Amino acid sequence: MKDKSINILKFIGLGFFEPIVRLAAGEEVKKNLTELIKKVVFPLVSIFLFIILWSVGSRALYNTERNYKIETARTAGGEEAVTAELARMESGQSTINSLPAPGAVWEAFKNLIADHNAISAKKEAFYERVSATNEKLAAQGKKEITYTGRPSFVDQVMTSLKTVFAGFILALFLAVPIGMVLGLSETLRSSFNWFIQIFKPVSPVVWFLLVYMIVKTLTLTYDGDVSFVISFIAVGLCAMWATLVNTTLGVASVDKDYINVAKVLNLSVGQKVFKIVLPSAFPLIFTGLRITVSVAWMVLIAIELLSQSPGLGTFVWEEFQNGANDSNAKIIAAMFVIGLIGFMLDRIMFSIQKLMTFTEA
Amino acid sequence: MAHIELKNVSKSYGTGANKIEVLNNINLKIEEGEFVAIVGFSGSGKTTLINLISGLEFPDEGEVLFKGEPVTGPSHERGVIFQNYSLLPWLNVHNNVSMAVKEKFKKWSRTQISDRVKDYVKMVGLSHAITKLPKELSGGMRQRVSVTRALAMSPEVILMDEPLSALDALTRGTLQDEILNIWNKDKRTALLITNDVDEGIYMADRIIPLRPGPKATLGPEFVINIDRPRDKIALNNDDNFKKLRNSILEFLIQIGKERKAKASKEYILPNIKPILRTKLGTRV
Repeated sequence: MKDKSINILKFIGLGFFEPIVRLAAGEEVKKNLTELIKKVVFPLVSIFLFIILWSVGSRALYNTERNYKIETARTAGGEEAVTAELARMESGQSTINSLPAPGAVWEAFKNLIADHNAISAKKEAFYERVSATNEKLAAQGKKEITYTGRPSFVDQVMTSLKTVFAGFILALFLAVPIGMVLGLSETLRSSFNWFIQIFKPVSPVVWFLLVYMIVKTLTLTYDGDVSFVISFIAVGLCAMWATLVNTTLGVASVDKDYINVAKVLNLSVGQKVFKIVLPSAFPLIFTGLRITVSVAWMVLIAIELLSQSPGLGTFVWEEFQNGANDSNAKIIAAMFVIGLIGFMLDRIMFSIQKLMTFTEA
Repeated sequence: MAHIELKNVSKSYGTGANKIEVLNNINLKIEEGEFVAIVGFSGSGKTTLINLISGLEFPDEGEVLFKGEPVTGPSHERGVIFQNYSLLPWLNVHNNVSMAVKEKFKKWSRTQISDRVKDYVKMVGLSHAITKLPKELSGGMRQRVSVTRALAMSPEVILMDEPLSALDALTRGTLQDEILNIWNKDKRTALLITNDVDEGIYMADRIIPLRPGPKATLGPEFVINIDRPRDKIALNNDDNFKKLRNSILEFLIQIGKERKAKASKEYILPNIKPILRTKLGTRV
């Protein structure tokens, strides 16, 4: 039980919980306590220090801006204006949009969740109300009524995840086959090298514009969610390069011994590719895919921001434009959510990568 | 007709100034059921020789004949045991072997293939490790799997490229016996490349030294007229064995010297002497 859970933890990349499990089993208490302090207590201390630094910093920034406003009021209209300005600050008419404190971010996060719950309830009520109508419409073969209200934060996170997943699948199905073909043929590799070298460093923003130009024309008659289509294609194209290059390299650099085995066993070309070349390139391919997921998640925010697909990128941009009292706090909350989801995606890919990688004999 | 025949075979790598002639004018005949060992220094072109016979490489001049027909590529009739095992690290023992069996017996059912794999793995005493990956096996076990993979295809010829040179002396001894046992069962033609004279004498019917490359040629053959099965311990006191061993070693040492003499070049050193100082700074 103990060893099993440790193995599972290590496999999903949460090896730092190992000492807790071992301590719970009462094993080598002294050694595991030191391990616990090293692996769990110190990181917690560093998180604590980070929050203190953040809170002190945000307080300082807040005061700087507040004092500036008061001073400006004083030079403009004397003490009277200062009193008026203070009153406006009190009532929330005059906002100080600086770096929010940790507490404010936590509040904003809780508000976002509460907002999500409220919107979900509304949505449910809406669908309940229109369910009879929808049934009728469906029976007549007409389009059903859908909820068109504002999406909640969680909905936007889900949209972003959907976009990244679709983009990743696109990258997978583009980069792996192309990489394999390029890896197998030196002629093709040298013919298309310029293409890879030129398009690989192109910025996500430009990729978005390129995809926009093409997809916009192609989807003139499509009445679905075009912004989603554009975002996932742009994400996929931005992120696929690591996989493409790694697959090419992996397939091109198969150990000569394995090729000799294939020759001696008289394997057919197809068998050689699928039984020898591809498996031996797996470690590099999956390393590439892991990088692809990280890159996809990173460029997603910028691309959604441009495409107005209702995801996290749009959320961040709208909150920035909004400039309400808690907008900055919401942006920072979104930042942490983005970071945590990125971390989670990386862990998932790490586990898959580990599963697919063999150790050289 | 010889089972394997090499006629005036030459092979070189590279072009122009970088051209290295590895093998030059090699003539070799191996009869059916014969066990021939080729001994030589490392870098003398032994692997190239075995690659030519297996069909992984082709000669620049001359012919490699198998049962009177020129070799046009690798074939299931010539099984190769590689020096570095060459097991596929992502497949376990069973699948490494079954890959070969499937290729040879294409019409067999899954169970037939699996049964044959199990039989052969059992023969080399690895039944307990049949589901293990190569990385979980010791060097000797890996080479056993490699031997199994080659033999499970029932080749007419077994080509062995220094199969045991990476193993420790004790494992080596056991594997020599295992290979001999298997060879004894149906007397396949066997060609063993080795750098160990004792191994050659213990296992082979004939030993042929390979003169070191570039332009390696085969030396005079030594026939091992010691009855089988040979006993390692008794062999050590056998006069015939000692005589053979000495003459082969003498020959190898002699050509080794020739090679050194060929390679050595006069280097003109500057006429200077090192200055040695004591702690007090006076010259010694």
